[in-house]
Formats: sequence, C-alpha cells, structure tokens
Amino acid sequence: MELFDILLSVSFWAAAIRIASPLIFATMGELICERAGVLNLGIEGIMVAGAFAGWISVWAGMPLWFGVAVAMVVGMGFGLLHSILSVPFGLSQHVVGVGITLLATSVTFFTYRVALPEVSSPPKITAFAPVELPILSDIPLIGPALFHQTPLTYAAYVCVALTAWVLYRTPLGLAVRAAGENPSAVAAQGLSVTAIRMGAVIVGSGFMAVGGAFLTMSAFDSFFFEMVGGRGWICIALVVFGAWRPGKALFGAVLFAAFDALQIRLQQTGIGAAIPYQLFLMMPYILSILALVLMSRRAEVPAALMVPFSKGER
Amino acid sequence: MTDHDKTAGRGTPVLQMHKITKTFGNVIANENVSFDLHKGEVIALLGENGAGKTTLMNILFGQYTADHGTVSVFGQRLPAGNPRAALDAGVGMVHQHFTLAGNLTVWENIALGTKGLWGLSMHAAAAKSKIRALSQKFHLDVDPNAKVASLTVGQKQRVEILKALYRDSQILILDEPTAVLTPQETDALFATLREAIALGLSIIFISHKLHEVMAISSRVLVLRHGRLVAERATQDTNRDELARLMVGGDVAQPDIPMRPAGPALLTLNNVSTDQLQDVSLTLHAGQITGLAGVSGNGQSALSDLICGLIAPKSGDLLINGQAPKSWSPRRALSARIGRIPEDRHKTGSIADFDLTENAILETYAQKFAKRGWMNWAGAASHAQHLIDTYDVRCPGPATRIRLLSGGNMQKLILGRVLEEDPQIIIANQPVRGLDIGAVNYVHGRLAAAREAGAAVLLISEDLDEIMKLSDQIHVICEGRLSPAFARGQLDAANLGKWMAGEGGTHAA
Repeated sequence: MELFDILLSVSFWAAAIRIASPLIFATMGELICERAGVLNLGIEGIMVAGAFAGWISVWAGMPLWFGVAVAMVVGMGFGLLHSILSVPFGLSQHVVGVGITLLATSVTFFTYRVALPEVSSPPKITAFAPVELPILSDIPLIGPALFHQTPLTYAAYVCVALTAWVLYRTPLGLAVRAAGENPSAVAAQGLSVTAIRMGAVIVGSGFMAVGGAFLTMSAFDSFFFEMVGGRGWICIALVVFGAWRPGKALFGAVLFAAFDALQIRLQQTGIGAAIPYQLFLMMPYILSILALVLMSRRAEVPAALMVPFSKGER
Repeated sequence: MTDHDKTAGRGTPVLQMHKITKTFGNVIANENVSFDLHKGEVIALLGENGAGKTTLMNILFGQYTADHGTVSVFGQRLPAGNPRAALDAGVGMVHQHFTLAGNLTVWENIALGTKGLWGLSMHAAAAKSKIRALSQKFHLDVDPNAKVASLTVGQKQRVEILKALYRDSQILILDEPTAVLTPQETDALFATLREAIALGLSIIFISHKLHEVMAISSRVLVLRHGRLVAERATQDTNRDELARLMVGGDVAQPDIPMRPAGPALLTLNNVSTDQLQDVSLTLHAGQITGLAGVSGNGQSALSDLICGLIAPKSGDLLINGQAPKSWSPRRALSARIGRIPEDRHKTGSIADFDLTENAILETYAQKFAKRGWMNWAGAASHAQHLIDTYDVRCPGPATRIRLLSGGNMQKLILGRVLEEDPQIIIANQPVRGLDIGAVNYVHGRLAAAREAGAAVLLISEDLDEIMKLSDQIHVICEGRLSPAFARGQLDAANLGKWMAGEGGTHAA
C-alpha cells in the first residue's frame, strides 16, 4: 500500500506544511479584510509584488528579515490603495480588487525589467534555511514535520495565533468583526467604520505580501512570474472553507497543501505511471471543491461583506 | 410669560438645541428649531413622517451636521458632526432601526467601542457583571451571552437601551421605540423609562402615536414641516389638540361601522405549510378581516399562501366553497385575488421605472400587449386614469416613481390593485409610514371596496388600525392563528396577549 507509506512518512507532512505556509499567511490576510467587510481580490497581485519585493531586497544585499519587512510594506501600500478606493470612495470591491491584482502584477513585471535588464534567468539568493526547534522536533512524526521548518513557517504559525487572538480577544478585533457584520453598529458606538475597514485591508494586504515572499525566500530561492500561480484565488476559497474563522482556515490550508504534496508523490508510484499526470495536478483542486461544498454550507458570511458604508446619507 | 420664565426655576438644562436649521438640497428638514431638556423630564417629539424629528435627533447625535444652530449638553457646546462627542457627553440613542451586529453576543455589542481599541483584553467578566446589574436595576431582562441574531425584537431593543445605560448616559433618545413592540412589551418599556427618570435621567421620546405620548411624557413638542409649531405641557393638552397641531388642521377620520358577513369567498381549514400550523380562516364578502401580530410571525407566509405562491401541505383551501384542483399564482389571479405588497419600495414598485410602467407591472402581458408588442399609448392612458381616480399627486405618468412621496406611491399601487376589481384583497401593512391624510385615504378606499362586496384581509402591526377597520380579527403568533374575534370583543391588552402567544392559555 504505497498510499499509506506516503501518508505515514515525515517528508510528506513536512512538505505539506511547507506548501501550506504561504497559503496560511495570505489566507489570514484575506480573512482579516473580509471580517471587516471588504473582499480583497487584489490578493493574487499583492502576493506577486510581495514575492518580488522580498527577493529583490535580499538580492540587493539586505538581510532576509529586512526583505520580509519590505514585502510587507509593499503589500500594505497596495492595501492602502485598495482601501482608499473601496472604503471611503465605496467603489465596487470586485473591480477594485481585480484592478489591484493587474496593477501589482504589471508594476512588478516593469520593476523586474528595469532592475534586471540583462539577465536571462533570474539570480538566486540565499534563502531561509530550516531551523530545528529543540525538544518540539523530537515528537515522533509531527515533531520533525512541524518543527523542522524555516523561520518563516514558524512566523506563519504565529500569524494564525495572532489573528485569532486579536479577532476574538481584543476590543480591536470586536470592532473589526462588528464592522463586517453591521457597520452602523460600529458608527453608533462612536467608532470610525472607515478607519477600521481601511486598517484591516492594509494589515491584511501586508500578510498577503509576506505569503508571496515565502515563495521566493523560503520555498525557493529565486523569482519567477508564474510562481504565485493562482495561490491567491485558492486563499479566497480557503477563507470560505474556514467559515471566516482562523483555526478552520488554517486546517483548510494544510488540507489543500497535503493534497498537493500527495499528488506529487502519487505520480511517482505504480498508479502514477499508468495515469496521465495532469489528472494528479487536478486532484487538490477537485478535492478542495468537494471539501468546500461539504464544509461551508452552514458558514455564516459576514453580513456586510462587500456592502460599502457611508454615514449621514439620506 | 415666556418659556424662559417657566423653566427658570429648574436649573441649567441638561440639553439645549438652539436655532437648528438643516436642509437637504431644496428640502428644509429643520428650520430654526430650539428647545431645552431638563433633568428628570420626558419630552415627546411629535410629528408626522417627514416632519423632521429623526433629522433633528441625528443632528444632536452628530450623524448630520446642521447648517445653523448649536447643541449644548450640560452647558457644554458639542462639536458638530461627531457622534463620539455626543456619546462622551452622556447622550445615548436608541435607534429606530437597531444598530446591532447579529453575529456578536449581547455583551460584545454593548461593550463595543467602550474601551480603547488598542487594549489587550476585553474585560469580559467585568462587562458582563455590569450588564447584569443594569438589567436588574432597569428590568431589562436579557442574557449577556446570547447571540444577538437569536433574540426577539423586544429583546434587541432592550440591548439597545442597555448600550446607552452601559455608557452611563444621562440623556436617552428613543426614536419610535414602540413601532415593533406588542402592547405588553410597550408597557414594560414604559416601566423601564419611569425607572430611569426616577434615577435622574432625561428622555426624548419620538413618536407619532398620541396615546403613548400622553402616557409617558411631561412635555410635548410638535414638529410640522421641519418647524417647531407648538409646545404643550402634557397635562394641559389632549389627543385631539395634539392631532390637530401635528397635521395642521382638522382631520376627518372616516367612520367605518361594522358590517355583517357575506358569503365565504376564501376558506382555509386547518392548513399547514412550512411556516404555518393548523390555520383556519374565512374571508367573507363585504367584510374586512384584520390580522394582528408582530411582524415575522407568519404574516408573509399567510399572504403568500392566499396569493398562490405556496400551496398548503395539509388541510383544505376553498375558493367560493370549492377546492381548486391545484393552487398557483395563476389560479389565485383567476380567483381575482389582489395584493397590496408589504414593502411598497422593494416589492410593490420598481423605483426607476416611471408611473406608466409601474401601473401595468402586473397586467402588461394580458392587457397592454398585442402580438408581442407593447401598447404604450394604452398603458399611459391607463396610468393617467389611475392618477386621476386615486388622486396621485405627480407631474405626470412619465415621472419616475422614486420621486413620489410614500403616500402618492401607495395610492398608485392601491389603484393598480383596485382597478382590477378584485374579489379578495390582501392589504399587507398598507399605511405603514404614511401621513394621516394618506392613511385616511387608503382606509376609506379599502372600506369602499368592502362595501362593493370584496373580502379584505388587512395585515398590520398597528393594533389601533386593526381595531378601527376590522369586522373580525385574528391574531397570528409563531405561525398559529387565534380564533376569530368580532371588533370590540377584545381590548388591546388582550389582543396583545395573543400577539405574545399567551392568549390561548386560558381561553382554549
């Protein structure tokens, strides 16, 4: 039974966690935006921009963590633009989001060409290396899978915990959740819906960019244009899958990543030789759609998602 | 003696609105309105829809910025356009449309925004115990841990009031607070308000229901067309005078005597659907049947059933004593059932269509189309006929219906239904939000349809309306129907018990 061998191997689960890490960052980012009532379809482009910004900073000689910070700031910049258009101006969040994705992708492409006019293949950087956490990594099976990863994966764990804690345990998170459910409840308590929503979009976009940066600075060590390859859209689905809850969304990200890791390994088995590999490539998506159908039927969508708010109108 | 002399002995007013003027485009919402509120006092702000009551309170609360005039609380002038300032000064507002987030718990809704946003903890335990203490003190029974989405309307209003009390508000503004309550819930609300006054709070009570104003207020301010037209001590006035002041002249209320029942046009025998249980109802020719109840208790299911949108799951539906082979909207139309929809803006009309298009929405295929082509000339003359017959005040049939007042919009919809000469008329909240003139007009027309032999089902949350018009009355609660009562058989308090689902306990 080759399937069980795969499922019981440490390397399989380690790969699943590695593949999940960028999804975790970006899913938390999207979740924060949507909890405040803003659908951020700029996610795909912001991940591309983050992947490039982090990588080019390190290539230019900055330290790795500085590169992560640059990616985050770039993401927050695009988030600021998104939030200005979608929150105070109240424009269609679909159009703004797709526009941000196109803009961020094109600006990245342009900057890449300007910065590296002569190269045929992009240069490599020294990416984050795996760090073994003492004691924790000695736990059988899950120890090495969870705790023999790069520091950026550990940061992804922290990102989930932080998002969940802020959303459910602090006054700020309460205001964010209320803004996505009934903005007039927030306004009636003397808070600014505009500020809360803009803040959520900016911070969320920062996380998305770090998710992108994971690809160039931890999963790989170089930058390609196709590397984000629809992960942003997957994260939009993962937020729905997770019913707008950080813990469930984390589970969804790991599940999707596990399917992805599994299909790579299945291709190399006996069955893999008999079946066209494209079918394996489809597997995580098909299984995700099935899981989405099963999981999200009872999900409570934030009631004011995609509803612009303007006070004092008549 | 001027107003100033009368109030001189009572210390500084807790709230002063001074010469407030606010316009929206060409429309004057408030013009030069001034008044004082004193400690321990209940002011009633009385006026018809559109008289400027809500605008005035939104200016006080910082939602709108006034063009002229100032607001002072405890002698301090409030900066304009800042809700936070009003809250911090101790003004709490209970909005007509609740401002609650349904996915949050009661305590979370109440605590929202009361602590600095950057705090590391929500101090949940302290918040909950403060809420419990306030609930007890003011008899506002509600579980702090309940999700707001699961609460009844009355409970949600308690949460709204608790929100204000939690911030130690000294001034409470209640905007049409009884519109959604049963008579019992209204009594409980008044008890809470009296408690609050005894503890030194001051209250502004906004309403257009005269008996409530007489019951709770110590002073009445009457607004008409944005102006403060009168101020009376409640003990020195009466309902008739207030009604005249509010409308600006005498109002002739149509007198609608009871009529005997004609033949049964529509009968439901123990009908159940997803939302209705064991409903039995007979609509008689020449009678108005009132259906009282708090909205959301199955009224729309019942009207959908009669209009053929849903079919009975069990039980019999009889038209003129005969059971139809199947029940569908087409059958209902051929049984000549006409419907005045609950929400004239959302389901009754299409805002950006003109009057002609709105006038023929339900009949265009049968009456105004030939071989696939619209007969616009015929449609326009039909619309003009409705405008003339039903006194719709408008520039002409090519006007977009969005630009009409609620009353004129409702007159067109009423005409659209009545012109088809229906046997059975389902009138769902036909006068909600209309001014008194339009209310009397609609009621008069429904009564005239009754005289002509139609059976009318009047669905309303307003018990006064039900008790004034109906020949027989049913009360609906959680999908169950009370037995039929003749007009005058039960008073408001007893009908209220049925509305709360407690009527059958001793009667049945």
